[in-house]
Amino acid sequence: MLQPSIKSRPVYGTLTPRAGSEHLIVADAAGADAILDMAAIAPLGFFDKAHILYVPIEHSNRERGDRLRALDAAMFYEGPSLAAALPRLAQALANARMGTRLYLAGTEGLIGQAMKMALDAGIDHSSIETEHRGSTARRVQCVHCKGITENVTTQPAVCAHCGLTLFVRDHYSRRIAAFQGVCIDAEEPGIVPPTEEAFP
Amino acid sequence: MGIVFRKETFRDDFSFRNSPANIRRFPFPFDRDAYMYAVNIEAHTNGRPGTVFENGIDVDEHYVSEMQDRALVLAEDPLRCQSLPHMELAGWDLLELLMEQQAGGYPEHFELHREGLNWRWINRPLGIDDRFVFGDVSTLPYGPMEYITRQSQGDFCLLDQRDDNLWMDAGIVTTQADWSLDFDIGMNFMEWHAPVPRAHEMGVFDRALKFMLNLRHGQPMRRFNWTMTINPRLDTSPENYHKWGPERTTVTTENVGDKVHLRVELQSFWRLPRSNAVVFPIRCYLLKLDELVTVPKWARRMHRVLRDLPQDLVDYKGMTRWRPLAIDYLAAFDDGAPTSPGFWPD
Repeated sequence: MLQPSIKSRPVYGTLTPRAGSEHLIVADAAGADAILDMAAIAPLGFFDKAHILYVPIEHSNRERGDRLRALDAAMFYEGPSLAAALPRLAQALANARMGTRLYLAGTEGLIGQAMKMALDAGIDHSSIETEHRGSTARRVQCVHCKGITENVTTQPAVCAHCGLTLFVRDHYSRRIAAFQGVCIDAEEPGIVPPTEEAFP
Repeated sequence: MGIVFRKETFRDDFSFRNSPANIRRFPFPFDRDAYMYAVNIEAHTNGRPGTVFENGIDVDEHYVSEMQDRALVLAEDPLRCQSLPHMELAGWDLLELLMEQQAGGYPEHFELHREGLNWRWINRPLGIDDRFVFGDVSTLPYGPMEYITRQSQGDFCLLDQRDDNLWMDAGIVTTQADWSLDFDIGMNFMEWHAPVPRAHEMGVFDRALKFMLNLRHGQPMRRFNWTMTINPRLDTSPENYHKWGPERTTVTTENVGDKVHLRVELQSFWRLPRSNAVVFPIRCYLLKLDELVTVPKWARRMHRVLRDLPQDLVDYKGMTRWRPLAIDYLAAFDDGAPTSPGFWPD
């Protein structure tokens, strides 16, 4: 479970079917269960107006994909990675009509990056339905080299780009879709606390 | 007449100093012998001559050198100055405000001439004499915010007002106390203040936001913030923390008075007329402990404030490592005598 924290740290809800002209849904393997839970309470015809982008990433869970497919959405896409799916999402957002609703489910990295794309398309973040599922791994921007390290599970963590050891803060930027990492041993290089599995 | 501008550095050999007259006008932020968060917002009215409140935008002896330091920071990292696309009008508002304030307050150094939209700006300390068309960005070498804030002391944040909140959607930040504009741009008031300990629970930010949402054009407000910095480094950015952080381990009994600086931010808030944005200048003033103790009242009070500061604030402000040395240094100047109310020197 994600714990409440400081006010820049995103909070997520439970996906709820909203009235809308179309429903744009993005999920990874963990998030698929949130879509299926929403489907159980969705009104008849909800998925006739839905476009699902499913990005299972490392999980090769066929069963979830099959169950999502069985929802019979107007459009269904299963992609190999979020990076591969983002151009399709960008186009869908660019073509979105008034009344399009966006639903994001899964890890914070997926929710954050899809939300960033929606913000760039002019959608207000508070109108987006989100639900966190699965790992609490973080996407972290090194404040020093600005490189982004994906799937950070430890505290501290090593920047994959410049190699500095970073303290992973709760401070989060929607615009960057990442938590902030700050050099933990700046004052006394090499004096680093033991590494803990903080974001399993 | 006019200000004698010092040639000095805020990096490398750190030749920054305050003249004796400039020490007396330092905005000492403690009006009593203890410190705790407070909203502490007051009207930013022009105050008594010889203080930093004499003009709405203060220009002092460090002006030219501070602008040179800003240019160095921007050459290395242009992301210290950013403006989201909808903020250009606010940038013009800011240009007007800073030109009017500087020309009005220091006519011997700055002149603004306007004929309709055709403006001429003369900045003698920096050797600038530019003609441009107000509102036409193609007639300036930079966007309006960057153009004028490369010629104005202090950091500047431009806040857009919508949804009963303020959004940091533009700014130039090169003299900051360890926060990143590049990371925080686009955040709302509560989000960019998120890492500050205690103050949220105390309701400080709720009250401050309510206050700022009601800010009126022509009625600017101000408050102080403070921290302490090792060496007179203006650019204590998180981006470069791994470069300046080790300086915190260099304080000794011998150099504490020269190395440890009180860093005061005079924050003011101004409603802008065309864009309805709020500009939030954060002007940084530095004072060495060696300079501070030349004012006996400040020396006594600084000792008491630093000695009694709660540990979480000590840690947040990055003072943990060298604070005992600074307290020992200041203790020699504190005879226990009572201090007079208010922050002015006796």
